[in-house]
Amino acid sequence: MTEKISGKRKLKCVILNGLMYMAVGVILLILAGVIGYILYRGLGGINLDFLTNKPSLLYGTVGILPNILNTVYIILITLIIVLPIGVGAAIYLNEYATNKKVVRIIELATETLSGIPSIIYGLVGMLIFVTFLKLETSLIAGSLTLVIMTLPTIIRTTQESLKTVPNGYREGSLALGAGKWYMIKSVVLPSAIDGIVTGCILSVGRIVGESAALLFTAGMANEVLGIGEFFLPKKAGSTLTVALYMYAKERGEFEIAFSIAAILLVLTFVINISAKIAAKLLKKKGANP
Amino acid sequence: MKRAADFIEKLTSVIFTLCGFLAIAFVVLITGFLVMQGTPAIGKIGIAEFLFGRVWASTAQTPSFGILPFILTSVYGTVGAVILGVPIGILCAIFIAKMANGKMASFIRGAVDLLSGIPSVVYGLVGMIVIVPFVREAFNLPDGATLFSAIIVLGVMILPGVISVSETAIRAVPKEYEEASLALGASKTETVFKVVVPAAKSGILTGVVLGIGRSIGEAMAVMMVSGNVANMPGLFKSVRFLTTAVASEMSYSSGLQREALFSVALVLFVFIMIINLILNFVVKRDKEG
Repeated sequence: MTEKISGKRKLKCVILNGLMYMAVGVILLILAGVIGYILYRGLGGINLDFLTNKPSLLYGTVGILPNILNTVYIILITLIIVLPIGVGAAIYLNEYATNKKVVRIIELATETLSGIPSIIYGLVGMLIFVTFLKLETSLIAGSLTLVIMTLPTIIRTTQESLKTVPNGYREGSLALGAGKWYMIKSVVLPSAIDGIVTGCILSVGRIVGESAALLFTAGMANEVLGIGEFFLPKKAGSTLTVALYMYAKERGEFEIAFSIAAILLVLTFVINISAKIAAKLLKKKGANP
Repeated sequence: MKRAADFIEKLTSVIFTLCGFLAIAFVVLITGFLVMQGTPAIGKIGIAEFLFGRVWASTAQTPSFGILPFILTSVYGTVGAVILGVPIGILCAIFIAKMANGKMASFIRGAVDLLSGIPSVVYGLVGMIVIVPFVREAFNLPDGATLFSAIIVLGVMILPGVISVSETAIRAVPKEYEEASLALGASKTETVFKVVVPAAKSGILTGVVLGIGRSIGEAMAVMMVSGNVANMPGLFKSVRFLTTAVASEMSYSSGLQREALFSVALVLFVFIMIINLILNFVVKRDKEG
């Protein structure tokens, strides 16, 4: 071991290492910068009035209550529709489908869906739901658009989870005389619940951050919609992200935009942590079934 | 009793099958609507005139619908984002996968996850308030909303995807490769850069292609920082992307202008489909090799 590596090689290593540390530093700096700046500019504007009012020129109020509610409504409608479809598709792929080619084609289709950018979803959603089905710009049209967009996520996470359910469970259930549907309902699905939950969390994250797909489908209104009407056609409304865009780009009210951005950041953080916890639970189950 | 049970079995099986095929139906529906709505305008304008026309003046007295500026802007913007984001992303992925200890790695991974969860309008807002004025000052321009600003924002936005896919690929390289290289006297850094990374190159390439898809499909963030003027692209000119062309005129368009916007979306869709094809090709070759 007396021979040392040459100076030139050493220098190369030092440079490569340096570049690596620099790259990591740049990324951490960007993240800290973005978060710090947004919280610095945005937190000051958040108070109870801001969260519980709607914007009104008449009363001179600013507030994002309608946007918060719209975001919640859209998440609810989307999940209620996409969950059965996505979980059903995953069950078909994992439990029913026997033809490998069909499975491959369906998987190819879901991959294609997940690669389509949200602006295209927005446009097609406008063509199909707003114009063709005559729902007009409404929360329901926006939600239906998001259903197509989040479907791949739900299918993928559920499928991953179904794959970890040991075959012995299925065989045991069938051997006891259960039908296939009974077996799925009472044995397979409960064991796959964590994958479904992960899919939901990821979808919520996607919906909260979505703007391009909603701009022309869910509209830009800032009215408070009641529990009894939000799912009706023609009831338009902007989510937090769309509102942020409108305040920043169209009206130049940056303080409001930054406050919304701060709220979105906090939401992102919460969703991230929930996804991590869910993933950990999933892994635990995978390790000792 | 038996008949009822049989019926439920049949019914559930049909329902799950339908759910499974819905993903294919959505892809067909999206493609169908885009082709149906996007081709008439191309026919009226003339495909060469449409794709290679250098002037977009949709609301002029004698309107002109050439989308070459949008296509080139999207291509340049994406190339720029890749040049900026990919090296940093790959270096960071190498660091997380091979150099950092457990705690450090999971910390950086958490930071990257957070970065990927931040909504695109938030990136747009920060770009608008921080990067655009900075570019204006630094390069002494009348307006900082330029292709260059958009490239910076896009470069940051593709980072998380590039990092997480590359990291997975680097991790998947068999340990024996590394051990053999170390045993031959190569240093840790040399081993990682000359043995591990080349072995993971198809996985890393997948990450890059995903980044390209993300970058070419991004609308809102780019809309907020690129100035949105239909110029032929230049690094320090205000420009309009394929995505922003659709988003910016859709709300007030009519007639041939509206149809032409659908054609722009169709062109964008074709780009995305080509990227999807490449992705499938790369992924498949990876699995087979």
